Amino acid sequence: MWNSLKTMWTIFLHMFRRRVTIQYPDEKPVIPPRWRGRIILSRDPDGEERCVACYLCAAACPVDCIALQATEDEYGRRYPSFFRINFSRCIFCGYCEEACPTDAIQLTPDFEMGEYDRKNLVYEKEDLLIDGTGKYPGYNFYRVAGLAIKGKDKGDAQDEAPPVDLHRLLP
Amino acid sequence: MATIHIDNRPYPVKEGENLLQQCLSLGFNLPYFCWHPALGSVGACRQCAIKQFKNEEDKHGKIVMACMTPATDGARISIEDPEAREFRASIIEWLMINHPHDCPVCDEGGECHLQDMTVMTGHTYRRYRGRKRTFHNQNLGPLVNHEMNRCIQCYRCTRFYRDYAGGRDFDALVLRNEVYFGRHQDGTLESEFSGNLVEVCPTGVFTDKSLKQHYTRKWDFQTAPSVCVHCGLGCNTIPGERYGTLRRIHNRFNGAVNGYFLCDRGRYGYDFVNSERRIRRPALRNNRSEPLQPISKGEAVQFLAELLANGTRIIGIGSPRASIEANFALRTLVGPERFYAGVSEQDGRLLASMLDILGQGPARSPSLHEVELADAVLVLGEDVTNTAPLLALALRQSIRRQPQKMAEKMHIPHWNDHAVRAAVQQEQGPLFIAAIADTKLDDVATEMFRGVPDDLARLGFAVAHAIDPRAPPVSDLPDTMRTLADTIAKALKAAGRPLVVSGMGCANVAVIEAAASVAWALCNTGHAAELCFAVPECNSLGAAMIGGAHLELAFETVLGTAAYTGIAADTVIILENDLYHRADAAAVDRFLAAARNVVVIDHISHATSARADVVLPAGTFAETDGTLVNNEGRAQRFFQVFVPQGDIQESWRWAQDLITAAGADKDDPWLNLDQVTAACAASIPGLQPILRAAPTANFRIGGQKVPRQPHRYSGRTAMLANIDVHEPEPPEDPDAPLSFSMEGYPNHPPPALNPRFWAPGWNSVQALNKFQDEVGGALTGGDPGVRLIEPLPAGKVGYFTNIPSAFERRAGEWLVVPLRHIFGTEELSALAPALAELAAKPYLALNPDDAAELGLATGDDSQLQLQRNPGQKYRLPVRLEPGLQRGSAGLPVGLPVLAGIAVPAWGKVTGVGQETPS
Repeated sequence: MWNSLKTMWTIFLHMFRRRVTIQYPDEKPVIPPRWRGRIILSRDPDGEERCVACYLCAAACPVDCIALQATEDEYGRRYPSFFRINFSRCIFCGYCEEACPTDAIQLTPDFEMGEYDRKNLVYEKEDLLIDGTGKYPGYNFYRVAGLAIKGKDKGDAQDEAPPVDLHRLLP
Repeated sequence: MATIHIDNRPYPVKEGENLLQQCLSLGFNLPYFCWHPALGSVGACRQCAIKQFKNEEDKHGKIVMACMTPATDGARISIEDPEAREFRASIIEWLMINHPHDCPVCDEGGECHLQDMTVMTGHTYRRYRGRKRTFHNQNLGPLVNHEMNRCIQCYRCTRFYRDYAGGRDFDALVLRNEVYFGRHQDGTLESEFSGNLVEVCPTGVFTDKSLKQHYTRKWDFQTAPSVCVHCGLGCNTIPGERYGTLRRIHNRFNGAVNGYFLCDRGRYGYDFVNSERRIRRPALRNNRSEPLQPISKGEAVQFLAELLANGTRIIGIGSPRASIEANFALRTLVGPERFYAGVSEQDGRLLASMLDILGQGPARSPSLHEVELADAVLVLGEDVTNTAPLLALALRQSIRRQPQKMAEKMHIPHWNDHAVRAAVQQEQGPLFIAAIADTKLDDVATEMFRGVPDDLARLGFAVAHAIDPRAPPVSDLPDTMRTLADTIAKALKAAGRPLVVSGMGCANVAVIEAAASVAWALCNTGHAAELCFAVPECNSLGAAMIGGAHLELAFETVLGTAAYTGIAADTVIILENDLYHRADAAAVDRFLAAARNVVVIDHISHATSARADVVLPAGTFAETDGTLVNNEGRAQRFFQVFVPQGDIQESWRWAQDLITAAGADKDDPWLNLDQVTAACAASIPGLQPILRAAPTANFRIGGQKVPRQPHRYSGRTAMLANIDVHEPEPPEDPDAPLSFSMEGYPNHPPPALNPRFWAPGWNSVQALNKFQDEVGGALTGGDPGVRLIEPLPAGKVGYFTNIPSAFERRAGEWLVVPLRHIFGTEELSALAPALAELAAKPYLALNPDDAAELGLATGDDSQLQLQRNPGQKYRLPVRLEPGLQRGSAGLPVGLPVLAGIAVPAWGKVTGVGQETPS
C-alpha cells in the first residue's frame, strides 16, 4: 500500500521536471560533429576530389559494403571511376574513415537515411561527393605525395629537393 | 647437415648455404631486400643483420650480414639480440628517409616487400623532417611503369635485368645517394623478361603498366592456379580477376618449370580474355549471305542436335591450344576415326617425330630447371627467345655452370653472387647456336652457325657422327662445318650434363632428327645427355598424344578428294582453332565453302568463325579448367579463375550437351571435369598419369574447399548492388576443389591448388618463402605436374639415316624460311593491347648481298610469290638480315596477314614495280 502511494508521488513529482523528450522530427536534435552517420567523400582545399582510390576503406570495411575502381587522369592523378557504398549493409563503424590516408571519406552527423526501398540505399560517387573539405580543412594529399600530377612536377611537393640531374658527373 | 644455434636453440641447417636463406627456410622472419633466391647474395642493403657469437661463452658477439655468412656447424647466432634489432631498425629508417609519401597511390601497396619489412622491423613513425631526394621518371614502354622516387637502391633490378637475363639497355646511373635505375633515355625495355622487374623490385619503382589500366589491389583479386597458354613451356601462373575482367598475371613458382620468372608474352598476353573480339553468345545463320544472328544456348543445342540426329556425316577438328579434355570430348562426340588433329600435315609430322624420339629414345626431356643445370648446350635450329622465351632465360643460366667450378676451386660459395662473377669474369660455358638467322642469345654463344634448315640438320648429323662414329657420316661436308662439328662434339662430350635443344621453329623433320641423333650419340657413348624440344602451343604435345589425322585430310574428306578412307562428311565441328593459321587460305576457303555446316566452338572470333554457320562461345583458360601437356611432357592442370558472363561454357560441356541432345548412346553423361579426365585417361594410351596432375573436385581439407578469394577480399556486398541490392549466392564449382568465395581452408593447400602466395606479415610475392621447404627449392609437397613421357634405356635405337643434301642456291629463286617473334607470332597474346603495340609488322628478310643484287634496300617494297601458289602475291617491306644464308628469304610466320603460309618453300622475290623474270 505504502509502496504504491510512494510510486504515485514520484510520478506526480515528475510533472514538475524539465522535459527531455524532443519532438522529432518537428524539433531537430543537436548531434556532435564526430557522430558516425551518413558517409561522404570530400574535396581538397583546391576543390579536387580527395579520394585517390587506394582501396583501404574497402579493405577495412567489416561488412564489405564499399566497392570502387581506381583510374587516373592523363597526368597520373588517381581517382575512383566509380565509388559505391551500399548503406543497406553499412554498420557505421567508421573504420573506413580511420583507414583513409587522404581524409577523403568521412562520416557525418546526418542519420536521416530511412528509405522504403532498399535499393535507394545504394549510393554512387555522385551521391557521396560533397563540395567541401568536411571535418578536416587544409589537408591535400598530393601536396605531400611524391607522385607528379598536373601543375605539380617532381620536386614541387612539400619538403622535396629538386629532381636529380642524371647527366651531372660531379661527385 | 650441420647444427647451428639460433637464440640458444639448436636447428639443423645445410652447411655452406648462407644464414639468411637457412633462417628463412627454418621459418624465421628475418628482413632483407637485396637478396633473392634466384639472384644470390651481394650484401648491399645491410638489412639482414644478425649477431654472431664465437662460442657459448661469448656474450658480446659481432654483427654480421646473414646473407653473406655461410652456415657452419656449431655456429651461434642471434636474430632477437637487441643490438641486431636496433641495427635493422636503423637501416630501414635510413632506407625510408627518401621514400615518398606514396603508398595510397602506389600500385605495389598491399603487396610491397618494403611495407612488409618496415612493419617487421617496427619502424612505424618517420622522424626525419628534412627534404627528400626526387627523380624524374622514364617512359619504359607499354609494359613497365617507372616511379623512381620510391627506389631504395637495392640493385635487384639491374642484377636481374643485366646479370640474370642478359639485358643491355638498363643500368644504374649517377653516383652516391643519387643512384638512378633506368635507361640512357626514354624507350621500351628491350629484354623479353622486363616484366619480371615488377616482381623483383621490392617496392613500387617498377609496376605493371597493363594492370594500371584496371588497377586492383592484391587482396581484391579472385585467383586460381593456372598455366600459361602462350607457348609450349607451360609456365605456372596466377591470373587475377576483378569485376568480371581478367586483370593481371603473376608468376606462380614451380621449381621444376618456371621458377621465379615469366616472359613478357606470358605476363602481358592475358588481355585477350577481355578482348572486344570475344565470342560471348551462340550465333547462327541459315544462309551464308547473311550475318550471324545471336541465339539462345537452348536454341543452339537444339539446332545442332537435330543436325546430328538427322544422320549428318560429321567430322571434328581439334586444337593444340585447347585442353586435353576439350579435344577428347570432341573426339568422343564425333568418334575417334572422324576426329582430326587441328594441325597441318607438316606440324603433325614434326610433333609425331618428337613424341617418338622422346618416348622411344634414350635421351630424357629435361624440365626448365634441369636446363639451367646443363653445362654444355647445342641449340639446333631454334630461336628460343622467340619461340619459348623462358627456355632462353634458362640457357643463360646454363652457361654459368662450368665457370662456377672455377669459383668452387677458390672456395667461393655459389650464392655469393658478386664474388662469383668477379672470379669468373667473362668466362662462360659452351653454348653453340645453329639457327636460320641471328638470335638474341648470340651474345652468349661460344660459336654460331647460320644456315637454312637442311644445312642445320647436316651440322647436327655431323656432330652426331663426330661423337659416335657409328652414327652415319654426312657426305660433302665443307671443312668449316666439319671443324665446327668437331668442336661442338668435343665440348658436349667433355660436359657432365650435355643438352641438345631443338624444336619446331625450322618446321623441318631433319633438324629434329639431327638433334635427336646428337643426344642419342652422347647417350650411346655413355654421356647422360638431355634433349629439349620447343613446341609452339600450350597443348601441342597433349593434342598430339590424343592423335587424329592431319588437317589436310579433313579438307580432302569434306571435298571428297581423299583417297578411300571410308569416311565422307559434310558437317564439321572446329574446336578452338583458326584454320587460317594452320593452312593455306585458299585451301581453307574451299574447305569451308564445301562443308554444308560449319560449327565453330571458340572464345575469340577469327577468320574461321566469321565463315561458320554456327558459333558456340567457349571459355578461355581463365574461364575453364583442363589439363595441358608442355614441351617436357609434363601434364599440368589449370583451374577456372572466374565465372564468365553470358552463355560461355567449357568446350567439353558443349560437346557433352550435343551428345546428350543428340540422344547418342551414352549412359552416364560427364557431370564434371574429373569424369572427362578419367574417361580420357582410360581410353588414350600414355595419358593415364594426367589423373595425378592435381587433386580431384572431391578433394577437401578439413571438409573445406580452397577459397579463390583471399580473406581480405573487399566489396562483396556492394560490387553488384547497383544491379541488385540482394547479393547473389556464390557460384558453385563442380569441376574443382576451389570455391568462388572467401570461405574455405585458410592455410596452405597442396601446391597444384594454391591460388596465391600470402603469409601473415608477408604480403608481397616473397611470401613464397613460406611455401617452400627450403627457400629457393621445390614447393612444400612437391612441384605440381606429372611427367607423361620417360625415355627408354640407352642404346636400343638406331640412328636416323635420312640426311638431307646440302643447300644449293637457285638462280632467281629463294628458299623462304620461317622467322618467329615473341610478340606477334602467337595469335592470342597478339590481341592484348600492350603486346599488340610491340608486335612485329610483316616484312621479308633478305641477306644484304641478295637484296643488293635485287636492288632492294631496307624498307623497300618487295613482292613474294611462292612456287606452290604463284597466284598469291605478298607485298612486304624488305628488312636486311645479315645472318640469313644467301639464297634464302625469311618470312615472319604467324603474323596476321602471313598466317597459314607453310614454309620452308621455294618462291620468287622481286622488287615492286620490277618485272618478274620469267
